[in-house]
Amino acid sequence: MNYAPGIAFQLLQSVFVVLAAPLLVGWVNQCRAWLQNRSAPSIWLPYYTLAKLFHKDAVMARDASPLFRLTPYVLFGCMWLAAGIVPVLATNLPFAPAADIVALVGVFALARVFCALAAMDIGTSFGGLGARREMLVGFLAEPAMLMTLFTAAFISGSTQLTTIVETLAHREFALYPSLAFAAVAFLMVLLAENARIPIDNPATHLELTMVHEALILEYSARHLALIEWAVAIKLFAYMTIGFALFVPWGIAAAGDWAALPVAIVALAAKLAAAGAGLALIEALLAKLRIFMVTEYLSTAFLLAVLGMLIHFLVSA
Amino acid sequence: MILSASPLTGSLVAAASWFAIAALALIPARSAFFARHLAFPLGALAGLALAGFGLEAVWLPAAQMTLPLGMPDLPFHLRVDPLAGFFLLLLGSVAAGISVYAGGFFRDETPGRLALIGLQYHVFLASMALVILADDAYLFMVAWETMALSSYFLVTTDHQQPAIRSAGFLYLLIAHLGALAILLCFGVMHGGQGDYSFDALRAAELEPNWATLAFLLAFFGFGAKAGMIPLHVWLPEAHPAAPSPVSALMSGIMIKTAIYGMVRVIYDLIGGVRWEWGMLVLVVGAATTLFGVLYALMQHDLKRLLAYHSVENIGIILLGLGMSMVFIGFGHPAAGILGLIAALYHTLNHAVFKGLLFLGAGSILHSAKLRNLNEMGGLIRGMPKTAFYFLIGALSISALPPLNGFVSEWLTFQTALQAPVLQNGVVRSLLPLFAAVLALAGALTAMCFVKVYGVAFLGRPRQPGHGVAAPAGGHDAGNMERFGMAWLAAGCFVLGLFPAPFLLMLNRVGVSLTGQGLSNEALESNWLWLVPTASAQASYSPVIFLIVIIGVTLLTFLLVRRFYHGRVRFADPWDCGFPAQTPRMQDTADAFGQPIRHVFGPVFLIQRHMPKPDDSAPRFSLKIEDRHWVLLYLPVARLVAYLSSKIGLLQRGRISIYLLYSFLTLIGLLVFVR
Repeated sequence: MNYAPGIAFQLLQSVFVVLAAPLLVGWVNQCRAWLQNRSAPSIWLPYYTLAKLFHKDAVMARDASPLFRLTPYVLFGCMWLAAGIVPVLATNLPFAPAADIVALVGVFALARVFCALAAMDIGTSFGGLGARREMLVGFLAEPAMLMTLFTAAFISGSTQLTTIVETLAHREFALYPSLAFAAVAFLMVLLAENARIPIDNPATHLELTMVHEALILEYSARHLALIEWAVAIKLFAYMTIGFALFVPWGIAAAGDWAALPVAIVALAAKLAAAGAGLALIEALLAKLRIFMVTEYLSTAFLLAVLGMLIHFLVSA
Repeated sequence: MILSASPLTGSLVAAASWFAIAALALIPARSAFFARHLAFPLGALAGLALAGFGLEAVWLPAAQMTLPLGMPDLPFHLRVDPLAGFFLLLLGSVAAGISVYAGGFFRDETPGRLALIGLQYHVFLASMALVILADDAYLFMVAWETMALSSYFLVTTDHQQPAIRSAGFLYLLIAHLGALAILLCFGVMHGGQGDYSFDALRAAELEPNWATLAFLLAFFGFGAKAGMIPLHVWLPEAHPAAPSPVSALMSGIMIKTAIYGMVRVIYDLIGGVRWEWGMLVLVVGAATTLFGVLYALMQHDLKRLLAYHSVENIGIILLGLGMSMVFIGFGHPAAGILGLIAALYHTLNHAVFKGLLFLGAGSILHSAKLRNLNEMGGLIRGMPKTAFYFLIGALSISALPPLNGFVSEWLTFQTALQAPVLQNGVVRSLLPLFAAVLALAGALTAMCFVKVYGVAFLGRPRQPGHGVAAPAGGHDAGNMERFGMAWLAAGCFVLGLFPAPFLLMLNRVGVSLTGQGLSNEALESNWLWLVPTASAQASYSPVIFLIVIIGVTLLTFLLVRRFYHGRVRFADPWDCGFPAQTPRMQDTADAFGQPIRHVFGPVFLIQRHMPKPDDSAPRFSLKIEDRHWVLLYLPVARLVAYLSSKIGLLQRGRISIYLLYSFLTLIGLLVFVR
């Protein structure tokens, strides 16, 4: 068996995701600015920001432990790993069998735990506050996320994203009620996990409401750049997981170079639509109080469970 | 010489040598040197040998032996089969690490106390080995009670403190309730033939109702020892009361002997597993998991917190067992074996990482003299090595890939995902919900250990001048302590990175119990891959996972260094415009649990004292208690007190009344004799 095309696809996709992720953030920001009637910044702005941050000198608190310095790299590594597992451009990647959807959720959990630990490392009250809230969102979102993924896993009889995508992409086109419920639940989890409105506001540093920003308050320069970049990759990965589960059409098989242009165009179209949708949600909704997060995410969990039960009841 | 012995003789010799070390520990009461540098390391060697023989026994057919000990006409029967071999491996390998640690930990004990600890400690280990080796109800109960008593004495090592005495009493009480249920269970199973060897119990055909009764007695009897809800109350009292290596033994190994007993009795001796039993196990397991982790999140005593996590992990093991029983009951042994493998894998994993965490807690207690999380902080600076090992344990228990806790939770998820094969629609849709409970518990555990690690090791010391973080007088764990922790931490990695050999081993245990095993594709996959059913369904490769994550992280680091720079300036942390920040303004353990109190408020019994606005010296106090005390135990205690006060009425203190009682009794007996 010739592995070379598969590995080439794997490397191509991993590099592609890492490089394209800030563009998605730029696009979402641009859409949101338009919706808010502001003049939009350049779509390339996230890249300029990253470049600026990389050039600056890092400022670090005096009693930071090695864990604090290690975390941005671990975070970036985790997200890069996730970008290698999710079928973004192609299915059947050689690395994909090493981790299924449960392991993927585990990767995100690993990143979250490191992030929360680093936040508590400096010993300021904001770090602890951010860590506590981040873990609150995390433990509510994780079961909901797993239930959503399990619905798809039950439909396709597999927890491998590759198999799931292949099963779902080759079914006849119809509305599957179980997947509809799962899709709503997934969207809710996506907003929560990526620190978006209505759970968190990525554009604020208001002390009482922030979650994610409180976590990374002590980071600066290249560490901050790595974290911001990782966050962008995370958003990208979540969106592509959503595409893989709910709109899997157009994806290529690993090694099939002819299908690649179609896959890229399809992905770009889906991302453009999803990014615009995300901006629309952020423009329309207000941020929830922190303890309304419980109700929001338990709704997501119940929707996911309902989707699964519907699958068992009507097998659709 | 003993290396060439059969696994059964070998493990018997290892157990006997623990007894011998126990006796030897008493002799040189003058000096602590012998106990610390000879007895405990020798015990560790015996543990290693036992682990080796256990590993060998997994791959061999069952072997039996009769010892000319015990009562006349009632000799001790011994047997080692793959299930026993697996638990011997667990006992031996984990005990080896803990024993080495114990040699370093007890450095400040007086020789007299140390001799007693050495005696009880090794008797405890040997009795656990005998519980696993026993092949008749008589030896099993003798070993079981020896285990309970020796651990009771270890728990009450510091018996001068009243709180520890009452914790010990509670432990003894519930241990005996459990032992009573197990005894009755053996009575039900033997069906009146008078032969209590396990062979006879295995051969006895029970009627369905009697089988269910035997199952219930075994489940609650062993459950009391395992610490499942609602019989868990002794665990968070007794485990913290004991010295740390003993806590590690109890949490890591002793409660696993209860899991051994459950599997032995339910799968092997009773046989004919029914799915209704599995549902009961699942419901109790889910409750245990959730209560355990939620109460753990409320604790600020590190060892109590870890004890509650043991409750949680027993729940996770029960979830796996319950799923396995449901699948086997419905006639799907392949999925059932997967559940059993998941449960047993988690048993081993929990033994390793919980042992490690208790040892870490012991080192903190020893070096910093702290056990209240709210007083710790910044320990990573004073004791970086302990902090490193503790981090491995914390990541493992939080079920994060690529460490070992993740593998067993992953296997449990995979078992739940086999649900579509079930015939019963209700059970089929309930099973994934239990998986959701597991997911929630896993995420809550991660939160709890972020709290533990963040509060204890990170941040700044909350009590200035107190603890190892103060530049003077701080010290890390000693060499032997570190070796013990490193051994268990290595276990976390091995079990997490190379799960395939363990899967094969546990498959062999499953085959020996039910005659069925995993699919061929699962067994033929190589050591790199973990494939529970078929590779198209699910696979996981922790080694590749680890290599990629390390590689990518390193690559990022090198790229950043290559293309940019590594310049760092050090400054004070950002104070948000409020320069008068003190370390006491950091989140404490209680503050970190506040969202949980808010979300799961009704689960806890909370007594909160809020100061009034005009209080000149405002104090805020918060007390959180286990609802089970109030709902279950206090009513029972009141009932007992009431009944005994009524019985007390009989005692009038006058001889004529007592003579009257005798007279009435005689009359009453005459009615029966006639």
